Amino acid sequence: MNKNVKTFHGGIHPACDGKSLSNGVSVQRAPLLDKYRVVISENVGKPPKPVVEAGACVKKYQLIAAADGFVSANLHAPTSGRVTGIVEVPGAMGVPVQAIEIEADGADEAGELLPALDWRNCDVALLRKRVEEAGLVGMGGAAFPTHVKLSPPPEKKVDVLVLNGAECEPYLTADHRLMVEQPEAVLEGAAISARILGVTKIYIGVEINKADAIDALNAHAAEFGIEVVPLKVQYPQGSEKQLIFAITGRKVPAGGLPMDAGCVVQNVGTAAALADAVIRGIPLVERIVTVTGEVVAHPGNWLLKIGTPVIRVVEWAGGVTEEPGKLILGGPMMGFAQKSFDVTVTKNTSGILLLPRTVAVTYGSSPCIRCGRCVAGCPMNLVPCALGNAVEAERFDLAAQNHVMDCLECGSCAYVCPAHRPLVQHMRRAKAEIRKRKK
Amino acid sequence: MSDGEKTTEVMLPTGSDLVLSVSPHLSAADSVRRIMYKVLLALIPACVAGIWFFGWRALAVIVVTALFCIGAEALWCRIAGKPVLGTIADGSAALTGVLLALNLPPEIPFWICLVGAFLAIWLGKQVFGGLGNNPFNPALVARVGLLIALPAAMTTWTPPRGMGADSPAAAEFYSPSTLHKLQGKKVGLDSVTHATELDSVTCATPLGVVGTTPKILDKSFEAQQNFQAVDNNEMLWRYFLGIKGGCIGETSILALLIGGILLIAFKLINWRVPICYIGTVAVFTGLVNYFFPGVTPTPLFHILTGGLVLGAFFMATDMVTSPITPTGCIVFAIGCGIITSVIRIWGNYPEGVSFSILFMNALVPLIDRWCGQRPFGYTVKREVAK
Repeated sequence: MNKNVKTFHGGIHPACDGKSLSNGVSVQRAPLLDKYRVVISENVGKPPKPVVEAGACVKKYQLIAAADGFVSANLHAPTSGRVTGIVEVPGAMGVPVQAIEIEADGADEAGELLPALDWRNCDVALLRKRVEEAGLVGMGGAAFPTHVKLSPPPEKKVDVLVLNGAECEPYLTADHRLMVEQPEAVLEGAAISARILGVTKIYIGVEINKADAIDALNAHAAEFGIEVVPLKVQYPQGSEKQLIFAITGRKVPAGGLPMDAGCVVQNVGTAAALADAVIRGIPLVERIVTVTGEVVAHPGNWLLKIGTPVIRVVEWAGGVTEEPGKLILGGPMMGFAQKSFDVTVTKNTSGILLLPRTVAVTYGSSPCIRCGRCVAGCPMNLVPCALGNAVEAERFDLAAQNHVMDCLECGSCAYVCPAHRPLVQHMRRAKAEIRKRKK
Repeated sequence: MSDGEKTTEVMLPTGSDLVLSVSPHLSAADSVRRIMYKVLLALIPACVAGIWFFGWRALAVIVVTALFCIGAEALWCRIAGKPVLGTIADGSAALTGVLLALNLPPEIPFWICLVGAFLAIWLGKQVFGGLGNNPFNPALVARVGLLIALPAAMTTWTPPRGMGADSPAAAEFYSPSTLHKLQGKKVGLDSVTHATELDSVTCATPLGVVGTTPKILDKSFEAQQNFQAVDNNEMLWRYFLGIKGGCIGETSILALLIGGILLIAFKLINWRVPICYIGTVAVFTGLVNYFFPGVTPTPLFHILTGGLVLGAFFMATDMVTSPITPTGCIVFAIGCGIITSVIRIWGNYPEGVSFSILFMNALVPLIDRWCGQRPFGYTVKREVAK
């Protein structure tokens, strides 16, 4: 193991990372479907307001829902066709959500694109405006509107941009393939973000299990003044606070944001989409998604339009070899289990993971034997077992005192727990109860 | 799959078997049961050594005590309305039984094993709510309970293979004068021939001999030679291999070290606990021995005799009853080392490992509080860019 590889304290090393299923498969372009359902409320913050009526004809890239307020994001049509109306679809979080349904006309005809910008010389305000127009959100998972992230309040001095290419979640390879296949888009997007933020120091952190991605990035990194930082393979290396610490040695203060440590963290997928939006005027309507799992016939990486139903993606991947026991949107550590294959791809869907029934068993939990593995594994230096005990005793005051609010919900504790205690569930419950009581 | 058609049939999931659960959706392969079985595996070298040195009687004690513990657990679960098989299957009762047996003299009557089993499982564990809730190490609760209630039976030691009557060479080494000193409770072993006619032969443990040796509080030649009979190179080698009186599991340091390395390799224990525990005893007894050689033998003697290695690797590292934070474990181990040394040097009992671990067990909640983790991002506000 290379001693110079940077990392953080705590965390875990999942025994099977499942990345070999799809990390050698190039990104494939999906065939056109006859129907897309674009979820409206997919970003953090206020959902955008639909601006198209049922029956309206739309072109590809046309605005179909406009941001409502600052912390909100535009939505664009993924293809040309007719809007059939607003329908209810199963949401990734388990609650039904509203979606704009578009019947494709098969032409996939692009409407008028936004003008290309010369990002090196144009006004920064124009760039920021473009990020907002293109409906960019964090594509690593949180779906936080990117223009908000790139507009830190003036009292917060940001001097470092960290690009997140860690992709520490097992099984996921979408970011990996993106960095291998389009390193220049990633780097250019980072450089544009840095210009918007007014920072000169740009790092891109990549776990060393993606050696080809590191090489590809290094081939062009110097042109953009970006430093590629190889990181140890350790989960959750891609968590903002851990990534900032690993790369810069700075610690985000408890309860704070990366900007409190002078950093902004951006996912590599977001950076590539940002480059597209600025250089080519293309809004965010498609993204790379890893379709994987032991039961998928041909695991791979797909460039999917937002609004694609998951069942179609599974079909393109050759279907399944056996009935899966779990469908997860995202990675296996922090992703969300789904109850239906009718869920659709959103801007923050990084993976579609189908686990076999043997892996999807639900363990009965037993009392804590105080083995301390959760303590060793917690990247936030908490004592998860004690927090779990506090929650089981409904002592939410005790949980708050012991910093449950600092929990990332990364799942390291629950992963290593030999008693199979549902620790993440306990943490979420405690957080929800504490927030409720504060009101 | 049909070969004739152009497009091969694709099997699509129906979603009928989808499990909904909170993340994470993967789990490390370990479980409580596997942890218990792995510790049992690590105890095999010590068990084999015990059987080799003390004969089939030692095996009988190990098996019987483990079965009694499992029975005691089953009975409690039956009475308390807990799942009987599910509780026994976690392997913790069997582990407690084996650990207790290794802490008993080889000739212990089986009825005492039964009493010990109930002490361990009922008083040591189940009254607190079962596995995970017991503040004290159950096997040590039983051992100390038996030691106080039945001191005679608990301190009657059998000479191991290679030390007693079965080995003329050894008997010659233990010439009557040395032997007399080594045998605190000599039944009578004037010569090898006599020994074969006796019902039983007992001997003292090295620590027992030291305990009954009058202390010399100066630095005279006599003081330097005070423990010469039990603390010399040849004897230390014998202690290391296991040729000494004592409990079934504590004799062979070699076997215990093999087990201890297994524990560390399986990542079941924090290596800091045995190292700090044994290290503290070495430093403490070393200092006393340096200034008062007539008060206590050398540190190596203390490490190689008694239950220190067994306790440090297998008892003080018990997950349930030791601190949860890495720093807490170090404080705990140092505390155990100090108390063990104090009892061994100045206490009424020749051995203090059990007492020290139990005492520190009681302090674990406090230690956990003192040595709490400092969450990420709580101290370094000054490092933040201004």
